[in-house]
Formats: sequence, C-alpha cells, structure tokens
Amino acid sequence: MHPTAAVRARSVTKTFGDVIALDGVDLDVAAGQIHGLVGPNGAGKTTLLGLLLGLAAADGGKLEILGTPVGRALAVTGGVAGFVDGPGLYPTLTARQNLTTLASLRGEEGGRSAAHVDELLERVGLSEVAGDSVRGFSLGMRQRLGLAAALLGDPRLLVLDEPANGLDPAGKRQVHRVLTDLAASGATVVLSSHRMDDLASLCDEVTLLSEGRVVFSGPVRKLAAESGELDYRLVSSDPDGARRIAGGTPSLHQVAGRKGSPKGDDHALVVRGPDQALDDLVVRLVGAGIAIRELGPVVPPLEAAFLALTGADTDADTYAEELTR
Amino acid sequence: MTAITIETPVRVEPVALSRAYRFELVKLVSQWRIRLVFIACLLAPTIYSAVVSQQTSLPADALYGRLMNQSGWAGSLAILVFMGTLLLPLLTSVVAGDIFAVEDRLGTWRHLLVAVRSPRRIFASKALAALTVILALLACLVASSMAGGLLSIGSHPLPGLDGHLIGSGELGRTVLLAWLTIIPPTLAFSAVGLLGSVALGRSPLGLLMPVALALVLMGIQVMPVPVALRVALPMNAFISYRGLFTEPGQLGPFWIGLVVSLSWAALATFLAYRLFVRRDFTDLANDGSGRRFVLEGLAPLVGLVAVTTVVVAATTGATGSGIEKSKLEAALSTSFSNLYVLQTEQLNRPAVTAAQLHATTKCDKGGERVEDEGAGAGWRCTVNWTLPGTTATGNAIYQLDVAPEGRFVADGDGPKEVNGFFQVRTPTGDAPNPLWQFDGVVDLLDPVSKGQQ
Repeated sequence: MHPTAAVRARSVTKTFGDVIALDGVDLDVAAGQIHGLVGPNGAGKTTLLGLLLGLAAADGGKLEILGTPVGRALAVTGGVAGFVDGPGLYPTLTARQNLTTLASLRGEEGGRSAAHVDELLERVGLSEVAGDSVRGFSLGMRQRLGLAAALLGDPRLLVLDEPANGLDPAGKRQVHRVLTDLAASGATVVLSSHRMDDLASLCDEVTLLSEGRVVFSGPVRKLAAESGELDYRLVSSDPDGARRIAGGTPSLHQVAGRKGSPKGDDHALVVRGPDQALDDLVVRLVGAGIAIRELGPVVPPLEAAFLALTGADTDADTYAEELTR
Repeated sequence: MTAITIETPVRVEPVALSRAYRFELVKLVSQWRIRLVFIACLLAPTIYSAVVSQQTSLPADALYGRLMNQSGWAGSLAILVFMGTLLLPLLTSVVAGDIFAVEDRLGTWRHLLVAVRSPRRIFASKALAALTVILALLACLVASSMAGGLLSIGSHPLPGLDGHLIGSGELGRTVLLAWLTIIPPTLAFSAVGLLGSVALGRSPLGLLMPVALALVLMGIQVMPVPVALRVALPMNAFISYRGLFTEPGQLGPFWIGLVVSLSWAALATFLAYRLFVRRDFTDLANDGSGRRFVLEGLAPLVGLVAVTTVVVAATTGATGSGIEKSKLEAALSTSFSNLYVLQTEQLNRPAVTAAQLHATTKCDKGGERVEDEGAGAGWRCTVNWTLPGTTATGNAIYQLDVAPEGRFVADGDGPKEVNGFFQVRTPTGDAPNPLWQFDGVVDLLDPVSKGQQ
C-alpha cells in the first residue's frame, strides 16, 4: 500500500480524424476525492472520461489510473467503473435483473449477490420499482440504476458522465449522498456536469476544459475567485434613491440589465465593483433609510468563472453598454 | 484533506467466456420477440401438420406434402421444405442478425465493454448465445413438426424418392437425420447474420442480411445456372437431405453442402469478428459503413462462391444443368418399378419385385425441336415394363415437371387402371394410387453418361 493519485495524466492527447478532442491535458485526482470535469459542449469531457474507463486509448502523453500506467491498447483498469453518455441498461430486463445479470458477469452469485443488489437498489432509492421493467423508467431512474450498476464491483474509481441528468431534487440529493459516502470510504469519483451548482456542492476540485485543453484545475473556491468582479442585482424600497447612492459610491459601476431579464424587473439595479465597494453601498443605503430587499450576484460565481475562462461571456448580447458613473 | 492510500491495482482479466455467454443468453431470452418466436416454433408446426393432414387438399408443391394424410412423418418433411426457403434465414435474422445491432440501438456498447473488458469475449459470447438460441428454435421446430403429424396420423411407412418403401422405424431415423442436415446451412446463415449485424449496426439491412442473402440465392437457383455453381451455394444444402430418401442414397450433394456451409460459416464468422474488433466503440451512432461491408464482408464471400464452384466443377466433373434425359429415364424407371410393387401389394395381385419388371423409360422434352436437357414442365415420358411369366409389355405415360434443383413431379397420364386415376380399388376399399402422382429426384452430380440406364 502506498499513497498515490487515483488519476494522473500528463500531456494526454486524443484525436478523432481531424478533430482534436484532447490537447495536452494534465490532470491530477487524489484518491478519495470527488473531482468535477466541466466545460462547454465539445470540450473533451466525455473523451477524457472514456480514456479513464478504458473505452478509448490516448494517442499521446502518459496516463496512470489507480497507479497503473495505461498503454495505447484498449484495456479497462481493475477497480474502475462508471458510464459515459448515459448508463447502459437493458430495457427488457427489470431493474433487479439488470443488476443481478451484471453481478453474475462479475462472478457474484447466490444469496450474497442478491443481498448486494438489494442493498444497492435501496441506496439509490429504487427498491420499490426493483421488479419493474426498465423500459418504463424515467431518465432520472435510469441514471440512478446506472449508478447502482457502477457500484456493483465496489469500484475504487467511479467515472460518471452527467450523473445528475434528469434527476428531481430528491433524486439528486440521494445520488449526492451515495457519491459523498463513496468518497468518504476512500474511493475516487470523477464526474462531469453542466450544473455548476452540483459541482459546487459535491466536488473537492474541478477541472475546466475548453477545446480539449485544461483552462483551470483546482479547488472549487479557487475557481469562484477566477470570476473577477461580478454583477450584483439590487432590489430596494426606493429604486431611484438607491440608483443615486450607487452612483455616488466610489469604485462602483452601474450596469444595464441583461437582455432578456424578467419583465417587471425595472426597479432592480445592477451594479459591479469590488466587495469593499458593495459593502460601502450597503452601509450608505441603510444610512439613507432605504431597505434592501434583495442583493445577490446576477450570475453565480462558478458560472461566471466558467463563462470567463471559456470565453463564453464575450457575446455582444450578454451585456448592454456599461453606464458611467 | 486526509491522505488516502490506495492499493496498487493489477490489470484485471476479462470476464470468463461462460459468464459472458450466460449474460448474452439472458438478454436474448428476455426479448419478447424471441419468446414469441419460441412459442411459434413450438406450436405452429404441430397445428399446421395436424390440421393440414386431415384435409382433402394437400400441399402437393412441397416434397411429401401430397402424402401428409398417409403418414405422420410426411408432415414433418413438408415443413422441412418450408424451412429451407425463407423461414430458417428469417429465424437467423431475428436472432443472429440483431444480436450486435441491439447494443447499437440501446447505446450499451460502452457499458458492455466496461463490464466484459474484452471485445473478443463479447464477440464469442454473442456468437455462441445466438447459435444456442437458433439451435434451440430448430429443436422446437423438429419436435413440434413430428408431434403434429404423429399425433394426428400416426407413424406409417412412406415411399422414398425412388419409390422404395421405407418402414416406420427407418423413416423416423431418416426424418431426424434430414433435419440434422439443415444444421450446417443454418450455421452459415447465422454467421451471415452476425456479419450483417456487426457491419451495418442499426441499419435494417444488417438485421435482414440472411433473408436478403436467401432471396438472392433463391433467385440464382431458379435460373438455369451450371450445376457446379448451384451446389456450391449454401442454399442448396437445405435440400441435400433429399438424397437420404433414395436407395442407394445420393450423398454427394449432402457432403458438398456440408463443406460449403461450414466454409461459409467459418468465413462469415471470421469476417464479422475482424470487423467487430476493429470498430470504434465510441461512436454511438454507428450505422456501419456500406463500403467497408462490401469490401471486407461481401467480397470475400463472393470469392468463396467462386472458389467452391471451381472446386466442385473440378472434382465432380459436373457440367451443364445436371438434368439429363438419361438420368430422368433411370430415375423414373426406378421409381415406377418400386411404386408398381406397392400398387401390386395394394391390389392383392401376385407378388412381384422391382427387378422382375425390367422397366425402361423413354423421355422427351418439348418435341424434336427442343433439346432433351434441363428443368421444365415439358418432359413427357413413357415407361415400359413386363410382368414375370408374360411376354406382353405394359406402358404408362407420365408428364414430368422437373425443377432446376433436380426434384421432379411425375403426373400419371394413363392408362387409367395403372396411373391415370388418383385412387385404386383394393379389396378393402378405395386407396390412394401410388403410381398416379409421385415425387422423384435426380442426382445432379451423377456422372451417368447419355444412354446409360
């Protein structure tokens, strides 16, 4: 036994014809960590997850999974499980049959296997529909069953592509609990998601990919800091007074609302500035007897960082022209 | 964060073939389509055989169809004829033609690859599972077809395709053997199903590849193609069992059919395997590549047809259509003699043997302007025979409809008391006249020279 990274990638490249899916990707995922992969469509997330699952081989670079170097040939490393592009389930089988056939494929049979399957169905909240054909399952139920299937072999590295897709809030909470329990037991989870709030609540670290390259990798709080100055939306009891005071607050800019903001939102004020200037604004508003009904970022910090780092916030439609003080 | 140690993993071995095979079998049998096919194979032949054998109008187009009301074994043989046309290719399409494509439709390739960890074992387990289900379906067909006839009519002797009487026990064994002979061509079509399923993914053409192949081969078989090409096609192996119903048996087509079928099965399976292990499993929308299928799937099979045709032609020396006047005359003389013996017994006349009749036949196809060779309905034959102790010569006329694969239907054209009426009056009542209409077969590969009988 020795401490090691669950995943270690150095300058990994992967191309499909003329398309460069991964371009010199470096990645370190410590054991026992939940690591998020995030990026716009076509950034290379699924390709990277596929490499971890052994579904494809890298064209260049070095990749170590659970301490084992991965070669150029297709091979699945022991202790790795998961799914990409949705879980692989057989609609003609019931939820329990999907798991028991998979368990028997792994050599688990008999009463112990049945108990294990029942325990997994319970963990993902599908006990009540265990005998139902998967054909009638919703996307969220399929996702949860796929997670249970991935957990069958007690993986040390769980690789999941968009596991929260189609989940209702209760289902999402259940899946999050399963993943955090798994990480607490020492297993590593690498997952991709478009939901920045999911990543923020679940992941220790995230890696942001854009056009096959890593543009950020590190703790979630550090990613939030990459967002720079954020736009804040202020709703007060006296919009005109608030606008006047904001105009007089040093280092604070008033910003026109986003195009497409909700109707009837004319009384809201959008401002941008450092945290200190915002604190100053709050003090001034309170001093002037103006009640603050709402104050929060227009775009959550992680989403703002995502947009900033991937260059997706340069769209001319994103912001209207900035107002001068 | 607390440092966590992990064990150095070893690269895991792929899942055992037996487990992967069982996994594939469970998936196959869980499909409602396969279950329906099983039920149909268990019930349909029994019902068909039991119902049709009680009718006055019998399926005379099928070999032994006209005898379904005389012996329970005839029903099984009539169903065997249908198997070799489109039914078995259709069964292989439903099972083998879909076994790879279903993973494309469900998008489960990645899941399967992670679970089994070896494309080779996935291929082997799928091929074996498909083969198991196809053979199980075939077993259901055999049992069901026999049960229907035997339960409704019973086990009675039948004349062979040369007219000699086959007793019940021997007939049962021969019918079972006949069903066994269609296993090799079934394997060939199953392998083609695997090839279509691998090569064309979700495309419907991949699923229907065995049926498409059967249609093409049937199209070739109804044409006047050289006999070497005819017997070098796997479709011909479906009818090679006919040689088991003559004495001596015409086993040449069976052995050639066996070798041809196994060659097709081996080559098509290898081509499917090669395409499978080279495919890109990351492509979720795989519909196969038509160009790749033609070059790496179809072309080698066409090459196999060419090679087997040349080998058959070289080893047997068979040329032309294989249907020659002398062969027909010999076959008709033999059949007539054997069936005359049966009729004699029916009519309670003094016993006679086939050899004592010294039957000879003269055949002509379409008059003097048409060459006496090849398939067609224009054959007219006259059989002459003499009874022991007499000098008088009897003669009977037959119209022959000869199919390109060597089967002929002899239709009696008189005299009425010999072969002109469908019944004969026996001491116990009216009975079917064995000389009125009967099926026969000529060995296309028999090198009988013209004029020899």
